[in-house]
Amino acid sequence: MKILVCMKQVPQKDAPLKLNESGTWIRDDVSYEVNEPDAFALEEALRQKEKHTGEVVVITAGPARSQQVLREGLAKGADRAIHLEDNGFVGLDAFNMAKAFVAAIKDEKFDLIFTGLQSDDYGYAQTGVIMAELLGWPHATIIMEIQKTDAGIKVKRELESGFFQHVSMPLPAVLTIQSGINKLRYATLLGIKQAKNKPLRKVTLDEVKSALGDNMQKIEKLYIPQKTKKTEMLEGSPGEIAKKLVDKLRNDVRVL
Amino acid sequence: MADTILVIAEQREGKLNRVSMETIAAAQAIAAATGATVEAALFGSGIAGIASEFAAKKLAKVTVIESPKLAKYEPDGVVAALKDFIGQKKPTLVLMPHTYQVRDFAPQLATALQRTLISDAIGFRKDGDKLVFTRQMFQGKFAADVSFACPAPHFVTFQAGAFRGDKAEAGASAAPVETVNANIADGVQRNQPEDPFKEAKQAVDLTQAEIIVSVGRGIKEQKNIELAKALADSLGGEIAASRPICDSGWLPMDRQIGSSGQTVSPKLYLAVGISGAIQHIVGMKGSRSIIAINKDAEAPIFEIADFGVVGNLFDILPALTEEVKKAKAGG
Repeated sequence: MKILVCMKQVPQKDAPLKLNESGTWIRDDVSYEVNEPDAFALEEALRQKEKHTGEVVVITAGPARSQQVLREGLAKGADRAIHLEDNGFVGLDAFNMAKAFVAAIKDEKFDLIFTGLQSDDYGYAQTGVIMAELLGWPHATIIMEIQKTDAGIKVKRELESGFFQHVSMPLPAVLTIQSGINKLRYATLLGIKQAKNKPLRKVTLDEVKSALGDNMQKIEKLYIPQKTKKTEMLEGSPGEIAKKLVDKLRNDVRVL
Repeated sequence: MADTILVIAEQREGKLNRVSMETIAAAQAIAAATGATVEAALFGSGIAGIASEFAAKKLAKVTVIESPKLAKYEPDGVVAALKDFIGQKKPTLVLMPHTYQVRDFAPQLATALQRTLISDAIGFRKDGDKLVFTRQMFQGKFAADVSFACPAPHFVTFQAGAFRGDKAEAGASAAPVETVNANIADGVQRNQPEDPFKEAKQAVDLTQAEIIVSVGRGIKEQKNIELAKALADSLGGEIAASRPICDSGWLPMDRQIGSSGQTVSPKLYLAVGISGAIQHIVGMKGSRSIIAINKDAEAPIFEIADFGVVGNLFDILPALTEEVKKAKAGG
């Protein structure tokens, strides 16, 4: 099976984020990491390849720094990478991002495209599904298991409140992968070394520009959310805090 | 003619998903600000019975989109049916709850109509003539005001709990209900869904717990969960966790709180080392009291906490457990 994995570089979970001067985006001098669900998507692609043979290709869009997620993917076992390299890709809405990816792979023939179920920055949870519609492929979201069948694949979708559902579907198809579908591997030293010699194709914004349109939704401004609740902060040594909390548990929360 | 806001409600197995009432409340609030009329539609097979629940609300009309092909949810049939319906109805705004089912078909629907979806919004405001929707970004660390830059129809999904379903206004008289038969061509539906199932009988029903001590990534290692368990035991409460902890197998899946786990509203929710990602918050924000302990003062969990402690949980948990034991012993 030939599988494309869409990966995104996002700010590290614990990284303190600051707004830029115009209040439209964050300042980019932060530490980045692979969007967590995308790491599970990559792992699943590698496992499918190990079971059924084939090829795993990783793709991302963003400035030079985002090449790091592709390097990590290659080090873990992906065969090659595609980098849509331009800072301009960062501001695309999900529709245009999907169009850019589809344009970048127009000469390829994949059986499956994986994305993480959503990103930790925008949190749209849309790009994979939009790609499927643009390609005319079926899709399934929030996937926890993938089995190959004679007619295509059978996947396990996660539903709400602890429910699941099996869905059979033909290939090619797009799947959005849920965190926890598998156990992530670490890159080996050998893998990291080999990654340096694996092919990485760069795609410029100009190359895919004709496929893109104006963004259909616009972020007017980004800001620190207004508190809806008044939080009383408790301070002191651990012992003092414990005493204060017990006081709250007894007199305010009334559970003691 | 006034603009129409169309709410696409959700039913599963012939039962109304209550979160749909929140979307009705959202639509009514937007209509009050814009002068639009609100209609609702639901799709499925043999679901006319639940239309009356919507018809009791203040709506101009309720449409039941029926087809035997819509008996089991899959996205292609739904998109085909809704694409036709929206093409005829020409609403300016299409609102849906941000459920797993809607997440599965709504981006496809918007794309099929060459439009865009503002997903997981938590509110709206009117900015001149323009409607601006608020969404959370960067896992709730920031909020963004987002507007549409394309012609109607505009698609928006609202996060569970963003509006209050019990605030959905009732109508003076029942809204008219119309049933239309969806025309879904053979071969359109590519996916073959099976019936939903539960993995194993859920051992723990956290929805009944009065006190929950919940752990997140900040607990660092599996063995440290004992610290939180000891606190839960001293309080007579249950232990629970955010998704990453259950994904790691440190606690069983049936202890997970959040959109993919259980939704709880205990007397006390004590969040330990939980940053407060949106998917977690939706599962516990209805708690009567929330106490958060986290090393990061900027963690979004503090946005919704009644009492907050910025500090090292490895020092605070044992001290708190001792203090609770003393208090229980009558100290």
